[in-house]
Amino acid sequence: MAEDATFRIAGLGKSFGRNEVLRGISLELRAGEVTVLMGANGAGKSTLVKIMSGIHRADSGSMALGASPFAPATPAEAMRAGVVTVHQNIDDGVVGTLDVATNLVLDRLNGAGRGTFFNPRRVRREAREVASRMGLAIDLSADVTELALADRQMVAIARAMAHEPKVMILDEPTSSLSSNEAERLFALIERLRARGVAILYISHRMSDIRRVADRIISLRDGRITGLFEKPLDYEGAVNAMLGQSLGVSGVASQAATRAIFAASGLQLAEGTPPFSLELGAGEVVAVTGLVGVGKTRLAEILFGIQAPLAGEMHLDGSPYAPATPTEAIRRGVFLVAKDRAKTGIVPDFNIYENMSLPFLPRFSHFGMARRRAERAAARRQIADLKVVCRSERDDLATLSGGNQQKVTVARWLSQFSRMLILDEPFQGVDIAARHDIAAKLRESAAKRATLLFLTELDEALETADRILVMSEHTIVGEHLNRDVDMDRLLAEVAGKGLQGAA
Amino acid sequence: MDSNLAEKPTAEMRETTPARPRLPLRALVIRYGFLALLAGLVVFFSLATRGFASPQAAVFILQSVSITGILALGVTATLVVGGFDLSIGSIATSAMMAAAYVMVILEQNAFVAVVACLAIGAFVGLINGLIICYMRVPDLLATLGMMFLLIGLQRIPTEGRSIAAGMTMPDGSTAEGTFSAAFLALGRHRFDFFIENLVPAAVVVLIVLAVLIWFFLEYTRFGRMMYAVGSNARAAEFAGAPVKAYKIWAYVISGVFASIGGILLAARLGRGDIASGNNLLLDAVAAALIGFAVLGAAKPNAFGTAIGALFVGVLLQGLTMMNVPYYTQDFVKGAVLVVALVFTFALLGRNGR
Repeated sequence: MAEDATFRIAGLGKSFGRNEVLRGISLELRAGEVTVLMGANGAGKSTLVKIMSGIHRADSGSMALGASPFAPATPAEAMRAGVVTVHQNIDDGVVGTLDVATNLVLDRLNGAGRGTFFNPRRVRREAREVASRMGLAIDLSADVTELALADRQMVAIARAMAHEPKVMILDEPTSSLSSNEAERLFALIERLRARGVAILYISHRMSDIRRVADRIISLRDGRITGLFEKPLDYEGAVNAMLGQSLGVSGVASQAATRAIFAASGLQLAEGTPPFSLELGAGEVVAVTGLVGVGKTRLAEILFGIQAPLAGEMHLDGSPYAPATPTEAIRRGVFLVAKDRAKTGIVPDFNIYENMSLPFLPRFSHFGMARRRAERAAARRQIADLKVVCRSERDDLATLSGGNQQKVTVARWLSQFSRMLILDEPFQGVDIAARHDIAAKLRESAAKRATLLFLTELDEALETADRILVMSEHTIVGEHLNRDVDMDRLLAEVAGKGLQGAA
Repeated sequence: MDSNLAEKPTAEMRETTPARPRLPLRALVIRYGFLALLAGLVVFFSLATRGFASPQAAVFILQSVSITGILALGVTATLVVGGFDLSIGSIATSAMMAAAYVMVILEQNAFVAVVACLAIGAFVGLINGLIICYMRVPDLLATLGMMFLLIGLQRIPTEGRSIAAGMTMPDGSTAEGTFSAAFLALGRHRFDFFIENLVPAAVVVLIVLAVLIWFFLEYTRFGRMMYAVGSNARAAEFAGAPVKAYKIWAYVISGVFASIGGILLAARLGRGDIASGNNLLLDAVAAALIGFAVLGAAKPNAFGTAIGALFVGVLLQGLTMMNVPYYTQDFVKGAVLVVALVFTFALLGRNGR
């Protein structure tokens, strides 16, 4: 059995300073199999991927590709050897200022033996080949910056696949894809599997895992805690990854006590039907729907970043039409925005400075920031949300993704709000952190309206009292989270509701 | 009082419990390396030359860096918001020319001259900010353009001549005005400080402005928000900060500081000299960038900028007193800057920033 392993890792160890991230990892990847790697945030998945792809070097242990040892010093070396990685951060995979065609053949332009001169026609031709082989239907002459996030991801993956890799590492490839696009990705994975590529697939999404996994490896605190072969025991794998059985917390659906926010005739995009929205105190409402159906636009309209095409909003009975986030915050409407690295975190600031950021005026006397008060507030939030850190003065960069997300959520929980909006608050967050955040949201929801925007249905079912379904920039369905009619819900998500209404 | 007492022990525990990482030496080098180097230089020059270790020499050093230091503090504000201001040198010389013009040709008093200079600095800074924020011109390009514009503009009123009392005007008449004594005092008056006539007014202005901008950036919410804007403008916007306003204010601060530098330059020279102030921009930018390395900050900061200016001043004064030829000065400054930048980005960069 060990003979047919394409890729083998033995006793891999890695530390950053005092922090031991990998403690002796041994695993095998086999040709024509998808091995899913599961692990909570901070378990060491990203570090393992970075070592395999030549970004970091291991402190101990060895890797072997086929029969020869594999110790890449640079990502290019790993790629040439046949180990190709599609990283989680999409913008690491594409160059925004170049067009799609150039992006598709970018690393070929660096290969040895290439001419000095750039031949656009040849680039086009090669790019067309790559695109057609991958079934990519994107305008090759478009600039990558003009593409949607999901299309950029497809470009990055297509390029990686153009290398005819022996081992392919996919680091949360579906985290920003709609289910349609994810399906296209899965089709590609099947094709690669049939061609005998060994695939390491990293994901948090159970639906993905059920769809593609041949084997599952669970990682916890830098150690492998479970190896599952077919027939796969998914619950066992989750258990091994978390070290405990969390189970879906049964939500006791709460009804709203009284109305806080109301919108009528709200129109998000040209040619889409307007809709109404009412939110009450004490209820947690989740808006679910595929990527790109207007969830983020609605969140940003409520927070004053964008303006709606039409419609009126009322907050606590008085008209509400914020022109800036400043105004929204003053009215008590807070947004935990999507993509914390871009819109949430100030990387040069430590935890307490990040938490107090929107509320500095409240923490100041005559313009002077009162650090003691800031720090005390931050300590309370750290304890409340179980943020794992040494103190409130830790730099954000030292925290794991889940803990960074806790900090960004804690920022907006630290002050009283009338309406708290969270756009994809569980993105890239492990299940334990997700439970902590969800529990805290529900516990503190009594006096405000809480609105969540979630692509993952599981997350909505786990946290919300009421679920609204969005499709094509409008709301097409509403469910109380008691006995949800899953068939109807799924049909609405897929856009059936809209067609039925029309 | 009570809360003070209650707070103390926990605060101290927190200071000590997160024991320093296992590489205390490297951490120490990062944090105090530059200050140690500065102290080492002072000790070295004190031993190697006669007269370096005297109050007069210390004051002379401060005086030599006062104008570039003030400009550097201004440009620090723009660096904090993630921008850059290349026009500070020409704002300073424009202010100098304006001061001379107002007094010598318009025959106004010192107060009017100072107000006119400050207004010019604030106005140019505002224009810079508006161009950068609303016209979306990259900061380097916008301020570069402004630099050229001002270099030309400051020479137009006098048709390219320097301004001095009694100068001949383009139309053949003689200028009647003079630099007022009060204005010249800004550049020449010395305050008593233990020793009579020790501290020049320019040094006092430098120290006051350094303390002001340091306090502003470190301890007020406005300074904190400016750092947030520079570190992640979008996150600052999503936290409700008026990002553009903070950026524009940074350029206004930079412009005003540069015009203060120009006032002091005019007061020191006693004329509006079109040839002076060539080095102001580069020296000021160097001081601000050297400041990144002080205390391992790896970001623009007022204290670092002041130390950076002082460092250059100490080095040049010491070398001059050791009879190193003047033309090596720029080389030395450049070398210090390169070393400081390598220190900042290579050494600190490995910490994961």
